Amino acid sequence: MNGWSFVVAAYAVALSATVGLLVWAYASMRRAEVAAEELKRK
Amino acid sequence: MHRFANPARFLKLARPATVWLLAAGVVLTAIALAGGLTLTPPDYLQGETVRIMYVHVPAAWLGMAGWAGIASASVAQLVWRHPLAAVAGRAIAPCGATFAAVCLVTGSIWGRPTWGTWWEWDGRLTSMLILFFLYLGYIGLAGAEKERGGEGRMAALFGLVGAINLPIIHYSVLWWRTLHQGQSIGLTGSSIDNSILWPLPLAALGFTCLLGAAVLMRMRAELAEAKVEARMRRAAAE
Repeated sequence: MNGWSFVVAAYAVALSATVGLLVWAYASMRRAEVAAEELKRK
Repeated sequence: MHRFANPARFLKLARPATVWLLAAGVVLTAIALAGGLTLTPPDYLQGETVRIMYVHVPAAWLGMAGWAGIASASVAQLVWRHPLAAVAGRAIAPCGATFAAVCLVTGSIWGRPTWGTWWEWDGRLTSMLILFFLYLGYIGLAGAEKERGGEGRMAALFGLVGAINLPIIHYSVLWWRTLHQGQSIGLTGSSIDNSILWPLPLAALGFTCLLGAAVLMRMRAELAEAKVEARMRRAAAE
């Protein structure tokens, strides 16, 4: 393995973890805010 | 700080701030990582693997900054009983834990070609691993307290006590001289050449904005969940 293989692996880990965190935070926020809005409307 | 004790006032600020932080984070991180991959020269000793620095170092800073945020929220909760402090602590914890994990994994990937090993029980590596376990402990404790309807005081105490690990991580490279390199960036300057260094502050700022956006989204989720729970409890009581 050359140096680039390690660089690509490190970037893949960092970016997938960051994107995963943001998607999870956004999805949980949307789910909770939609549930709160629906309850308010009832 | 008490201006934002009212969740409605906090949300009024948090909604636009989430979008701005997310946009700034994506742009800054993209510029920094693209620049770090294509515009900087390889290091004379480490070669191409020096580019791992642009994801590893911000992750390390944010792993530590996350716990500093938890400790500050703990003080706000224990001293001033700030109503959003426990929410902030619970929101920061998974985000900080993610960056602590990224720091450990990318450090390990960097260590293999540089030191010839994936892992060593070195002072810096071990104290960072302890920080990751502290995050897991905090997440478990804060979640259990929330489920029991507690105020989160135990989690706040845990957050304060755990902050003792932050100076240990910082000074570990001075106290125990093992495998991890010493401090190369300080307040007065850096031992890294500017041609390699310039994307690093951009990456740190970009990832910080993304962490800020994730924390605000988690706080908004917690506040909305609390609103639903309160309404359902009121409906059940009627």
